[in-house]
Formats: sequence, C-alpha cells, structure tokens
Amino acid sequence: MRGILQHRRGLAPLAIAGALALTLVGCTGGGGGNNNANTNSPNQDFSGETINVSASWSGAEQTNFEKVLKRFEDNTGAKVNYSSFGDQAATTLGTQIEGGSPPNVALLPQPALLDQFAKDGKLIELSGDAKKAVEDNYSQSWIDLGSVDGTLYGVWFKASNKSTVWYNKDIYDQAGASEPKDWDDFLKQLKLVSDSGYAGISIGADVGWPLTDWFENVYLRTAGGDKYDQLTKHEIPWTDPSVAEALTVLGTLFGSDLVEPGAAQRTFPESVTEVFGADPKAGTVYEGDFVAGNITDDGNSTVGENALFYDFPSVNGSAPAVMGGGDVAVAFVDDDVTAAFMAFLASPEAAEEWVPNGGLTSPNTAVDTSKYPDDVSRKIAEALTGAETFRFDMSDLTPSAFGGTPGQGFWQVMIEFLQNPSDVAGAQQKLESAAAAAYTS
Amino acid sequence: MTQAAVAPPEPPREQPRRDGEPRRPSSGSRWRRGLIALAFLAPALVMLGALVVYPMIYTIIRSLYDRTGDRFIGWENYVTMFTSDSTFTAIRNNIIWVLVAPIACTVLGLIFAVLLDKIRWSYAFKLIVFMPMAISMLAAGVIFRGMFQENPNLGVVNASLVAVNSVFSDDAAYPGARPREDQGIVADRGLVASEGEVATGSTQNFPLVGIRQTDLPPETGNAQEAQTPGNDEISGTVWLDVVPGGGGVDGELGDGKKGLPNIKVDAVAADGTIAASAETDADGRYTLSGLDPGSYRVALPASNFDEGYKGVSWLSASFITGVIILSYIWIWAGFAMVMISSGLSAMDRSLQEAARIDGASEWKVFTRITAPLLAPVLIVVFVTLIINVLKIFDLVYVIPPGASKPAANVIAVEMWTVSFGGGNDQGLGSALVVLLLVLVLPFMIINVRRFKQEREQ
Repeated sequence: MRGILQHRRGLAPLAIAGALALTLVGCTGGGGGNNNANTNSPNQDFSGETINVSASWSGAEQTNFEKVLKRFEDNTGAKVNYSSFGDQAATTLGTQIEGGSPPNVALLPQPALLDQFAKDGKLIELSGDAKKAVEDNYSQSWIDLGSVDGTLYGVWFKASNKSTVWYNKDIYDQAGASEPKDWDDFLKQLKLVSDSGYAGISIGADVGWPLTDWFENVYLRTAGGDKYDQLTKHEIPWTDPSVAEALTVLGTLFGSDLVEPGAAQRTFPESVTEVFGADPKAGTVYEGDFVAGNITDDGNSTVGENALFYDFPSVNGSAPAVMGGGDVAVAFVDDDVTAAFMAFLASPEAAEEWVPNGGLTSPNTAVDTSKYPDDVSRKIAEALTGAETFRFDMSDLTPSAFGGTPGQGFWQVMIEFLQNPSDVAGAQQKLESAAAAAYTS
Repeated sequence: MTQAAVAPPEPPREQPRRDGEPRRPSSGSRWRRGLIALAFLAPALVMLGALVVYPMIYTIIRSLYDRTGDRFIGWENYVTMFTSDSTFTAIRNNIIWVLVAPIACTVLGLIFAVLLDKIRWSYAFKLIVFMPMAISMLAAGVIFRGMFQENPNLGVVNASLVAVNSVFSDDAAYPGARPREDQGIVADRGLVASEGEVATGSTQNFPLVGIRQTDLPPETGNAQEAQTPGNDEISGTVWLDVVPGGGGVDGELGDGKKGLPNIKVDAVAADGTIAASAETDADGRYTLSGLDPGSYRVALPASNFDEGYKGVSWLSASFITGVIILSYIWIWAGFAMVMISSGLSAMDRSLQEAARIDGASEWKVFTRITAPLLAPVLIVVFVTLIINVLKIFDLVYVIPPGASKPAANVIAVEMWTVSFGGGNDQGLGSALVVLLLVLVLPFMIINVRRFKQEREQ
C-alpha cells in the first residue's frame, strides 16, 4: 500500500507537467487539425507522448493489436503501451479509476461497462475528428451502441457475429440442400438433409447458453430491435405475446425430428464435432463466428471449403439482423493524443492493419472487405456491416443471476423448453418468474 | 477472543523483571504459568480466530443481509432458501447422499479390508483399491463423466452394454429408415406398413428416406418397377426415395433412386397372422405370392429398421445422482479400507484364534469377534464420511451435463451457484452455508466426543 502511495506522489509532478505539455500541444494541434479534418487519420506529431491502452486480448490477438498500435506510433511519433486485463475488465479498470490512473484508452468487452463508466462520468465524450470518423464509418446501430443517453463515447473496434449457421457442404451437396432463404425454407433444407440419412441439425444445449442465442436470434427477427431492447431491460415481461411468438417459431424446429437426438446432454464443442468431425452425424450447427475456431481445432473439416455458413434465416420476412458482441474503445483521459488515437481507431486504417491477419471482424463500414484473409471471414464481416439491426447477446446484458447462471434462469428454462417445446406458456411463466427475481434484487 | 489474541505476546517478557520482588510462590507462579501458556497458545488462537471463528461469525451475520451487503433483511434469505425448488432438491439429494454413500463406502471398505487381510500380496491389492484417493476429485469427476456418456462411441459403460447386447441380437440392415410422408405408407411402432389394406393382384410401393447412400449394400441397383402381380400375389418396390445431390419427384421411381435389397416384407391378414413373406431383390422388388384372394396389410417388419440397443442415458436427471455417488464410492472405499485395515492390524488376534480352536465358523468369528472389535474404527470412518459427504462439491460440480445439473444439485453446489456462479447473492449463499454448518455440526460433536472418550480410556 505504502509503495503505491509513494509512486503516486512521485508521479504527480510528472502528470502536471504532462498535462501542461498536452495543453500546449493541444493549442498548436487544434489549428492544424482543421486542415486534416477530411482525412480520417490525422498524422499530427505527438513525439515524446505516451499513452496507455488496455484490452482483454492476449496471445495472437495481442500481437495483431500491437501491429495496429505500431501503425499509430509510426504515424504520430507517440509511444503506445499496451496491457491486457484478461477477463477482468470491470475489476482492473475499476481499480485503476479508483486509484486515479486509468489507461488513456480501454477496449471494453462488455457493453454494460460502457454504460456504467459513462453514467459514473468516467468517460470522455468523443468530439472533433474522432466523432466525425465514427459518424462517417459506422452504421447508426453501432453509433447508438457506442452512445449513452445520446452522447457518443465509444468506437466499436472489434465485433463478433452470432447469427451464423454453419453447415457441412459435403452433406448438403449429397442431400441436394442449399442455403435457405428464410425460416420455412431453413426447415425444408434441414428436412432434405434428414431424408438423406443425416440429422438435419445438431444442437449442443450444454448448460443452456447456446439455446439462449437461438432464442435471441429468433426474437430479434420476430419482435424487432425495439422489443428486443425492452425485453433486455425487462420493461416488457417474458409473458409478452412477442416472446410466445418467438418460442413458437423455435418450437417448430426444436419439436421436429430434424434435431439430432441427445441435444440436452451434448456440450457445444461436441455439437460442432457431430457436424464437422471425422464421422459426421448431422448437417448443420448454429452458433456464432467462433464456430470456425471449433472446426479448425477439430481438424477434420476445412473452413471455407466444406465448412461454410449462412446467415441466420429471416423469419416472416424480417430484415437482415445480427446478434453478437464486440469490444468498444473508450477514452478515460481528455487530451489531444488520446483523441487522435480514438480517431485512428475509428478509421479504416487501424482495422485494416489487423484484418488481413485474421481474427478481427470490424463493424467499420469503411474497411475494405477485400482485405479479409478468406471468403468466410469476409462474409461474416459483410453480414455484420450490412445488417439493418445489430443487437448484443441478450443474456450478456441481463443480470447474471438470470442470464449467466448454469442450472438456473434463462439457461435452464431454455433447456427445459428444448426438451418440451410444446409448453410455450410454461416456459414463459418460468422465464418471467426467474427474471422478476433477478431484476428486482 | 480478539483481546486474548492481541494482548498476550508482550506480558511474558516483562514478567522476569517484576519477579525480582520478594516472591509469593503460589498465586504469583500460577499467574505466570497462565501467561506463559497464553503466550504459547496465542499464535494458534490468532490463526483460529482469523481463519475459523471470524469467518464463521461473519457468515452468520452476512446471511441476514441482502445481496449488496448493505441492507439488513432479517430472515428473508432463510425464507427464500427454504421456499426455493433448487434448495429443496439440494437438501433431498444431500439426504440421499448421506444415506447411501457412507454406508456403501464403509461396507465395501470393510469387505476389502477383511478379505485382503487373508491373502498374500495384499499390499498390491490394497494399493489398487486405494489408488483413486490419489486422484483429485475433479479429475475423477471428468473420468466418470466420460465413462457414463450416453453416446456408446464416447462412454465406455454404454459401449460395453451395447457390445454385449449386439452379441445376442442381429443388426438391422437399415436402422433409422422411415417412410416418405404422404405416400400411402406409415411408420407404426418401428415397422413401416401400408396405410390401408392392399388387395391381391395390386402393387404396394415403399419409398423410404433417412438412409445414407453410403450405407447401401454394394450390390444395390437402381430401383425398378415391380412385375405385374398375379391374382394370388402382391408386388411392389422398396426404394430409397432420395436422389444423390437432390432432385427427383418424391414417391416416384427414376432419377437414379436406389432400390433397397434384403428387406423383409410381410403380408398381414386381418386376424394379424402373417400370410406370406418375401425379401426384396437387389433392385428393391418384392413379390408376395401364394395368397388367398382378399386384402392384406403389407408391412416391413421392425427388424429391418431396428436401431438397436443404445445403452442407458446415465447422465440424465433420473440416474445422475446415482452415477455421482458411484464415483464417490470408487474414490472413498479405498480410504475406508485403509482405515479399517489399520484397525485390523492393531487388533489382538488371540481372540479369533481362541474362537477358531473352539470350533467357531469364519462367519461367526467375523460377526461375533472381528466386527465388534472393529466397531470404534468403523464409527470413526462412518462419521468422517458423513461429514465429507454433506459438503460434497467437486464431483457434483463436474459430472452432470447442463440439462441434469438441477437434478444433481447439492447444498454446497447450490451455495456456490447463488453466491459466485452467476447468482452474485452472497447473502443467500451465506444462509446456505449456515444450513450446511447446522447439518454438519451434530456429526462433528459425535466425532469430538468419541476422541474424548478414547483419550479417557
């Protein structure tokens, strides 16, 4: 404890000096900024400045992100220090903020944190180049997601797409099945696969989270984004007719013989192996873009060759919608170099530094999709930027007692629903009482 | 407690100086001895206070507050606890555990110990029985989860059940095949039959689906139209109604659809007897001949499509607790055996010898002499196991798949789930811990009493 205090005392004069320096730079930089306003990466000179950036990434992701940071360093002469907070974003950043030394920029893996920090007044509003870059390069959905109460704070740097249905092309070809146009066609194609002797679809209920993703995708399509938001905040109850409609649609699949038996006891990785393993038993599996990683780990199928995906089918003519997650960059420090860095992250230049190496799906519409290393990742990115509605995984936004506890709440009720898909009203009742308990306390 | 814990370390050092005064032997030295005792006890007391007493008291207090820890809510957590279904299952399962696991472990341990006592190389066997104790509970849980997987390709238990079963039953040629819908044929308890009755002299076709092209026998030819039947015949074709790569018209021959050879076809009369049987040829054609004119139901018996015995769903809600208890016994029977063996080896064998000389049978010797002499050890083992079983966590946490987690719930797992595993309600979690403490307490008291008694003897 004493050590930390000493450090802080030692740093204080430095910090003041730094702040003075920054204001000076700010004055000069402001003038030059106008000239550069139309390019998205203002190459101002920040030599001698240092900023700290933290994110959850480590390993290969960290290496790739450091290339992005290197680009900023080359452009501006500033030095960027990266540190990873792993999966402890809330704890690590919370402690750093308490201690008065937050990083200049953090990439938050949970949208709830953006809300929380913004409401606590810890975040710096985007302005100038950064704001312009976001408005130019992002669709309204992503701008809204980066804003809290109408104020823009965040730049969505990385995103994931959880509206991808993966299929084994060999099995589909043999069965004469094709990529479906909508939900009814989806069931029809699965039927073709099932007729050819393979199960239509493999579901790994695991502890329940894959099933919540199923529900969320269907609900986003049947009820729309607004209802989705209301349900997420529990402003409408789970007994709402819109929930019944989504569960009924889901029941047309869960209750059919298109689903490979044994779903309730199958883990999610096993369900991928059932489709892409050495001895495939089913033609299709649904989950997010990370399924590609599972397929590669399994090693029996090749993503892009016989392991392909299509977008989660539209229900009743719904517009393209994507459910997923992402990492949002937010600034904790109000100075020019930080602002320049945020503008840089919002520019296609930053994402294009990582995109060719794989592992990054950018929601930035200005990113040149030809830079993606393969067709599959390009298609995932295009689905993401082309979606009219984008929403976060609902179970990540609800209280964890409801949306994140094995054996309880959302997860467990969905397992029960999978086992008894005709009991829509019962499932709604159970969801509502679990939600009521989790949201009030 | 805290006073005792903080104060004592200093006084003893000042003690010698004060003792320079004229001595008052009796009271002074007793005082001094007390202080010295305290000084020696202090570190242990501090540790106990900090690590046992304080957390215990704090837990009890915490259980009276809500999830934030700021609001006092009295008994509300306890009410929630006793009215929630998941706690109810947890308590019920804990009772099953306490009734089954300690007794099973002790009895097995006793059997192993007594039998191994009599053979050569007993150390080798003891080592084997004791070995599971060396495996962490978590690893043991992973092993058992693997062993009891439902899929016979994954779980060794179902694999052996299926293997034994397939020795006694023939494999069906086309497991899982089913009729094409709306083509006048239906699936009925495993068999596929014509919807209505078929008159002699007419044909009945069976377009089937759900069979892989790769599973067809090599001699399979393209499905052919059956010959026109005679007056005492019914003919038809059984084929796989799927064109590789898609296309074709449902329920119609052609486009390279394959016949299904070697399928048994029966003509079933109105009274349920089988009037004639036939088997399809390489092109899927069959002819039922020698029938009395009339109408029959044409059926493909279930033996064609039987998917066979698939093993037991061990990890489903109905069996899960049994499987977990089994894994527990696998681990802890070794512990019971070692404890009881040591009791056996410490025993004076002359009584048994005397009984044997007097002509007592081995069973009598065991029930009348060995077992009573072992009773103290047995009770210690039994009570230790009960305490151990009440707080069982790791196995229950690891073995059940998601769907049967609620059915396998026990108090310790419930406590973990509500306080850390997503529930984030440490108030309710504390209440559950207090319940667990109350349940363990009587057995702790029994154990402590026993130790005391033993020392007094």
